[in-house]
Amino acid sequence: MNFLSLTPMQMDALREVGNVGAGNAATALSEMVGRAIDMNVPALGIVPFCEVSEHMGGAETLVAGVYICVTGEAPASMLFVLPLDSACGLVDMLMGRPIGTTVTIGEMEESALKEIGNILTGTYLRALSMFTQITFEQSVPALAIDMAEAINSVVLAMVADVGDHALLLETEFKGAAQNIKGSLFLIPQEGTLEKILASLGLA
Amino acid sequence: MLVKVGMADLKTAKAPANLMTAGLGSCIGICLFDPVAKIGGLAHIMLPLSTQARSSDNKAKFADTAIPVLVDDMIKLGASKSRIVAKIAGGAQMFAFPGTSDVMRIGDRNAESVVNGLKKMNIPLLARETGGNFGRTIELNTTTGMLHIRTVDRGEKVV
Repeated sequence: MNFLSLTPMQMDALREVGNVGAGNAATALSEMVGRAIDMNVPALGIVPFCEVSEHMGGAETLVAGVYICVTGEAPASMLFVLPLDSACGLVDMLMGRPIGTTVTIGEMEESALKEIGNILTGTYLRALSMFTQITFEQSVPALAIDMAEAINSVVLAMVADVGDHALLLETEFKGAAQNIKGSLFLIPQEGTLEKILASLGLA
Repeated sequence: MLVKVGMADLKTAKAPANLMTAGLGSCIGICLFDPVAKIGGLAHIMLPLSTQARSSDNKAKFADTAIPVLVDDMIKLGASKSRIVAKIAGGAQMFAFPGTSDVMRIGDRNAESVVNGLKKMNIPLLARETGGNFGRTIELNTTTGMLHIRTVDRGEKVV
């Protein structure tokens, strides 16, 4: 399917599915860190490859990215991206330390971030699965801390044999007082969008 | 002046305009240079082979199709094919998974395909900064032919 040919109704449906998934993910994150986490209404965009990193603060912005590969009948990539200072703050919250304690990401901090990505993705996919009756299997999380463009290139390469655009379903999470933000991206592979839309009766 | 090249794109420039591309991960920056005409070309490729793709309309996206197009564009600008030399950077493996799949080895496969493509066109490869698990931002100086490589925490390098 050409992303560019999605109808407004299909876009709305995808946004709504994303909304429920992200809502559950925000609740899970909030329970993990013991604080209120807000989320915005998910943005659905069909974005040219060269503009994807603009959604992550710019090509050379230093970010932490947790990548999870989704396999099964509807393969996709999930990427949780957050600016480095937000990543450090989130680790502090998770470990019950005063915000500002973590300044570098070591082995323990890496595990914490991977686990956060894992739980966000798992919650998100469970909601998606409930709507669509599609079973998603998720890989173990992998983490990279580097320039935004370098991180997203890996994910975009997986959909690059079909076109030059990625469908981004983006939800921004914010820790109310802590100035922490991160975005969760769902990037469906070829065929996945049709399956999701078909299961919603909108193919 | 700095000419920016985005992902899956290619551009040429004549000195003193330099060429740059930011945040190469598994992608590869192919830098071609004619030292006499002082003309450079930079392609930011994402995938090794157009023949394996569903859609190969964008020639700049693939190692095998980007090189000939880049050479043609440089010749149009006044470069001579026999003088063109190459430097490449990128092709990292950003994420490490246990039991790494073929998809995750995309950086290596890109590098192999670029090297083969250059060989096929008899373009000497003067410098190769590929692999690792970190991103690179590169800038080709079209006056000197030097390639500047920046990383987040592995310093800078000029090749």
